Amino acid sequence: MNEVASLLVELGAVILGLGLVARLAARLSMSPIPLFLIAGLILGEGGILPIVTSEEFIEVGAEIGVIFLLLMLGLEYSADELVDGMKSVAFSGIVDLLSNFIPGFVAGLLLGWTVVPALFLGGVTYISSSGVIAKMLGDMGWTGNRETPIVLSLLVFEDLVMALFLPILGVLALGGTAIGAVLAALIALTAVVVSIAFAHRQGDRMGTFIFHTSDEVSLLTIFGLTLLVAGIAERIGVSAAVGAFLVGISVSGLSAERARVLLAPLRDLFAAVFFLFFGLSTDPGKIPDVLFVAVALGFLTAATKVWVGRWSARRAGIGARGQQRAGLLLIPRGEFSIIIAGLGASVAGGQQLPALAAAYVLLMAIAGPLAVRAQASRASKRAPDAAKEPVTDTFGR
Amino acid sequence: MTKITKTSLPGVGVKHEFVTDDGRRVGVVHHRTGKRELFVCEASDPDAATLNLSLSDEDSHALSDALGGSEIVENLTHLRQQVEGLAIDWLHVEEGTPYVGRSIGDTRTRTRTGVSVVAVIRDDLPFPAPEPDFEVQAGDTLVVVGTPEGIAKVEDLLSGG
Repeated sequence: MNEVASLLVELGAVILGLGLVARLAARLSMSPIPLFLIAGLILGEGGILPIVTSEEFIEVGAEIGVIFLLLMLGLEYSADELVDGMKSVAFSGIVDLLSNFIPGFVAGLLLGWTVVPALFLGGVTYISSSGVIAKMLGDMGWTGNRETPIVLSLLVFEDLVMALFLPILGVLALGGTAIGAVLAALIALTAVVVSIAFAHRQGDRMGTFIFHTSDEVSLLTIFGLTLLVAGIAERIGVSAAVGAFLVGISVSGLSAERARVLLAPLRDLFAAVFFLFFGLSTDPGKIPDVLFVAVALGFLTAATKVWVGRWSARRAGIGARGQQRAGLLLIPRGEFSIIIAGLGASVAGGQQLPALAAAYVLLMAIAGPLAVRAQASRASKRAPDAAKEPVTDTFGR
Repeated sequence: MTKITKTSLPGVGVKHEFVTDDGRRVGVVHHRTGKRELFVCEASDPDAATLNLSLSDEDSHALSDALGGSEIVENLTHLRQQVEGLAIDWLHVEEGTPYVGRSIGDTRTRTRTGVSVVAVIRDDLPFPAPEPDFEVQAGDTLVVVGTPEGIAKVEDLLSGG
């Protein structure tokens, strides 16, 4: 077979495989993210079926996947929601940060890692998966619940923290100094604040500029613009992901709605490639060594998330069962933990990070929803089951 | 009147809810995707929605008709239809205001404000796309489309400003 033919065949087989995996996930009513990771681990280096010719394409696809995930995250929230979210949960948000970042960070140090990779591990354990959680809310019929706005606001807070945290990690990953990292974070902070303020004050200027009656024009404009901004952000050391996030939050209102519809299929494709790529580049042979740590860290940070959720809900006057729901909902970790781990894979002293993060995320993305379902079915022994609705896309929105 | 509280659900949409006389929370989640979800909470766990019902546009209209109200639908449609600078509004024509007894063409609404009257609702009957010689009466509701600023001007004109 010539080069092009074998590339197409391999790529086709891989993407078709992802399609089957996503189908299985939908059947099991679970997030496909852990299954994509497992597929990557199986196919990758040290796995049973290594991919050869299409690796370059998948690598670039994975980069674009991160950019799409962050762009869509930015589009997900309007500037007003970000501002309100920050205000309403500022204190709980900080408690969440401390109680879930520190376990990962300390675990990294205990493993004998240096400070930089330990910081990455802290990020991995901190951020709950808004994708998995949004899907859970829909599946369980909890969107109207009183604790739900608290959970969602905490997620907004986490996502904003990540926008500041990624540039810090980005600089540290490239071997930069602490001063360089702080500088990058300041640049990112300024850019985020300016973008939010711009969108807050000016409304939808950006959207009017980007959008056109033709979907083709709109798609090419927003995609091109995002890649350009992401590239520039990467160049000045703020990380491509943050650039994409900024483009996302500067588009608001109905343009954001249109952009989400337009970009969702591309996001689904490239995000799947990204999760696959992370699995591919993680050596499954290293997982047994870190499995115990992953499980222990999983139990610990599930407990801390449950505690934060319960505590935040109690502060808002939510009853005992609502507190429990809020806590359990926050357990899953997913896409953003993987992004952070992916960024940290090349860091000196972080050789164990991808394997540990992969095992940890697999565990949390599967166990979190199971815990939620278990609690719901216990509660429903007294009340009829909540209406269940199939949600078909990766991010459940 | 029962007070409806509005809560923003970041990344999901907007929730409108109220508490019934017997203490149960009832509300509607407007997903940004356009889906509407009606929920009712049980008295035993006031935080949790126990009944969830997804409603299409037509279902919502049917339900609100069955309940005998149109005001909420109007308000909600109003919320949804702020299409990139385009606003739709329902304006009531009060007795004794300048528009009463004049034809739509005669009010020169479009020339003065850029706002079009796309329908008139009279005694719950819609008159879509009225001709310029359609005569406005007191008690009519004008369905107008234009920029939010233009609509504000029409409101001024309607109230005699």
